[in-house]
Amino acid sequence: MGHESSVPLFWRLIKSRYQLIGTKCTTCGNVFYPPKYLCPVCRKEGKLEDIKLKKTGKIITFSIVRSAPSGFEKEAPYPVAIIELDDGPKLTSQIVDWKEEDLKIGRKVEACFRRIYTDGKEGIINYGLKFRPV
Amino acid sequence: MIGIVGYGGYIPRFRIKVEEIAAVWGANADSLKKGLNIEEKSVPSMDEDTATISVEAALNALKMAGIDPKEIGAIYIGSESHPYAVKPTSTIVGEAIGCGMEYTSADTEFACKAGTAGIQMAMGLIQGGYIKFGLAIGSDTAQSKPGDALEYTAAAGGAAFIIGKNNIVAEIEGTYSCSSDTPDFWRRDTVEYPSHGGRFTGIPAYFKHVISATKGLMEKLSLKNTDFDYVVFHMPNGKFPIRAGKMLGFDLNKLTHGLVVKKIGNTYSGSSPLGLCAILDVAKPGERILITSYGSGAGSDSFSIKVTDLIEEKRKNARKVQDYIDNKEYVTYARYTRLRRGI
Amino acid sequence: MKVAVIGIGSTNFGEHWDQNLRQLAIEAGTKAILDGNIRGRDLDAIYLGNMSAGRFIGQEHVGAMISGELGLSIPAIRCEGACASGGLALRQGLFSILSGQHDIVLVGGAEKMTDLMTDGVTSSLMGAADQEWESYYGVTFPSLYAMIARRHMHEFGTTREQMAKVAVKNHHNGILNPVAQFKKEITIEEVINSPMVADPLTLFDCSPITDGAAAVILCKAELAKKYVEDPIYIVGSGQASDTLALHDRKSLTTMNATVKAAQEAYKQTGLTSKDIDLAEVHDCFTIAEIVATEDLGFCKKGEGGKLLDKKETEIGGRIPVNTSGGLKAVGHPVGATGIKQAVEMVLQLRGKAGKRQVKDAKLGLTHNVGGSGATAVVHIFSR
Repeated sequence: MGHESSVPLFWRLIKSRYQLIGTKCTTCGNVFYPPKYLCPVCRKEGKLEDIKLKKTGKIITFSIVRSAPSGFEKEAPYPVAIIELDDGPKLTSQIVDWKEEDLKIGRKVEACFRRIYTDGKEGIINYGLKFRPV
Repeated sequence: MIGIVGYGGYIPRFRIKVEEIAAVWGANADSLKKGLNIEEKSVPSMDEDTATISVEAALNALKMAGIDPKEIGAIYIGSESHPYAVKPTSTIVGEAIGCGMEYTSADTEFACKAGTAGIQMAMGLIQGGYIKFGLAIGSDTAQSKPGDALEYTAAAGGAAFIIGKNNIVAEIEGTYSCSSDTPDFWRRDTVEYPSHGGRFTGIPAYFKHVISATKGLMEKLSLKNTDFDYVVFHMPNGKFPIRAGKMLGFDLNKLTHGLVVKKIGNTYSGSSPLGLCAILDVAKPGERILITSYGSGAGSDSFSIKVTDLIEEKRKNARKVQDYIDNKEYVTYARYTRLRRGI
Repeated sequence: MKVAVIGIGSTNFGEHWDQNLRQLAIEAGTKAILDGNIRGRDLDAIYLGNMSAGRFIGQEHVGAMISGELGLSIPAIRCEGACASGGLALRQGLFSILSGQHDIVLVGGAEKMTDLMTDGVTSSLMGAADQEWESYYGVTFPSLYAMIARRHMHEFGTTREQMAKVAVKNHHNGILNPVAQFKKEITIEEVINSPMVADPLTLFDCSPITDGAAAVILCKAELAKKYVEDPIYIVGSGQASDTLALHDRKSLTTMNATVKAAQEAYKQTGLTSKDIDLAEVHDCFTIAEIVATEDLGFCKKGEGGKLLDKKETEIGGRIPVNTSGGLKAVGHPVGATGIKQAVEMVLQLRGKAGKRQVKDAKLGLTHNVGGSGATAVVHIFSR
């Protein structure tokens, strides 16, 4: 086979990962990213539809990963953060193009398209959105 | 009238100076800087590649064009450093910018002119009435063998152009190309770094094609040197394009603004395209731009581009090339090596 | 409720190059069986807490594996809830007795982690987080808890020193615990200056990678005295869940699952946090102990750090926390931890905790968390 990561597992989420597409419940108005398949607020009364979110937000907490998991060793140290998007939902990703002073709670950031993980020499390349300070 | 509906560039943040590289190899930085007419080059982050650079450039172009990405009917991405040998960069970009499924696409390779070839392909489909808008991108993360002369110039960056007939910011008045089997610079499959013919890359390769294509274009469109306000040629270094300008009899001041190579290096398929974007960022309505790309192997695409009244308003929507040039962080050779080893 | 714990057993916790998962589990299990004065054939079922033998050693189906090793054909099942697997196994064992279905069950927790290298362990542990939306981006558990720490410092002024005091205290207790992985005093300076793992958490803020197993024998309350003179009882059990991903939580500094699980256990028993004499809480990282003491009601939200300044959670303090040495010093073989906590609690309530004995311990609480707080299990033990 020559590669380890699952192709369908990655492919299934391409649209929501690349374009920051979440779901919105038309019953309660809540917006979810990562997308939810069932509205956790309304449950059976909920009706979810796709919504493309603005790519801007702010850091609400962060850390710098120095002891990396398998596949990320070459990139360590790298900052990770929980980011609150301007549209509301919070997500987790890496911070790029950063300086010391950018790693601050409240720092404004915007999404940018980057490689996330490369499955060795033969496997596919996983892309996604990371965030850079504006 | 067919032309550019929106354009955008992207240059990674890191830079390495000629001095920094020269020190490692015991070379004379001053004479290199003079000889190549280059100060520093861009270096991509470990998580950047031709696909990510293309996406950023395309998003800028989309912002300027103000169109629904689903209206893009064709995507052509030209590069020497596509992330996959088999699996198109163009669909990764198409997905990332929201083009839906109804488009044709292909990756192109023709050394540093793969991007401009894509512009011509998009023009053809539009003029033929097959599509409304086409996206053509020239983008690279160029590799060079450590210690080789190319190390001072091989850089990373890209530019995207949305071609169409509606609300164009610049008209493509015409295009002229020439091609020949001239092996001046090449890379065999599975080999890591390219090879080149040294001084052979000059007169029989670069100059022959750039000059022929430019002369051919001007003849075809009945234009003379003085009809152009700006000129940009492919920039393998800061010397070749100036020499080509001299040989063609252009006022060399016209080349200054597009000569982005001095501060970012040779972005290969992104080279003359980024120079064009830099010029479009400042050009005034009615001004005329000449761009001639060059791809080793070999060939040149030459275009005459005339700026319209729409440009001043529309270009406010996207980030300027100068912005990317100015937004930089220097790295040491050690860090450069680490970044280039890649993921 | 009232279910008796009649037997306890534990392996040493540490790097056991010579022992596989089977050996660890059997060692703890047989110790518990002997301690409970029962025979293997008296057991009605086995509940095994184990987070990820599948990823650590490529072995699933571990419930059946253990019953087979014991030569028994009784019902056996693995319970999984990330790092709360042990606590969940305890609760399932409890329910099986309360339901009347079983009389005596073996509840164990075991994990064999050191057969993988550190990056492999870090990756496997990330199975406890959201694979698609956290692990995908290269996040690690230390960095998730580091993000909680940074928020806690931002919202409440918790300091680096206060977090370090958790490690110092638990290491001090670990010296007094024969099974602990680390039996070494450390200082605040050593904690702060140890290598950074995920800012601001350093190596000594993090519980280690450990092999180990622990087991208890649960018995219907009415039958307990048939086997032992001093049964200890589980009188309350609470469990709750929260969103898998940290970014989906309502608050980054409160673990709602802990709050709810504790409330349920307190309600069942009619007790409050003030009645608890000692607690074993889930200190996978130093900040986790601080947050836990708040969420379990031992102090107000935001004041967990102050408990350490005032030394209230030391062995002689108002509410001793992690007398065993916690996950920090004893080690954290993931699935075993919840049962290790139960073993410590029973020892304490029996008055057999030696130098780490809390005087007049009558009521104890154990708190076991999965992942970054998506599962929490709380049990209350009584003499």
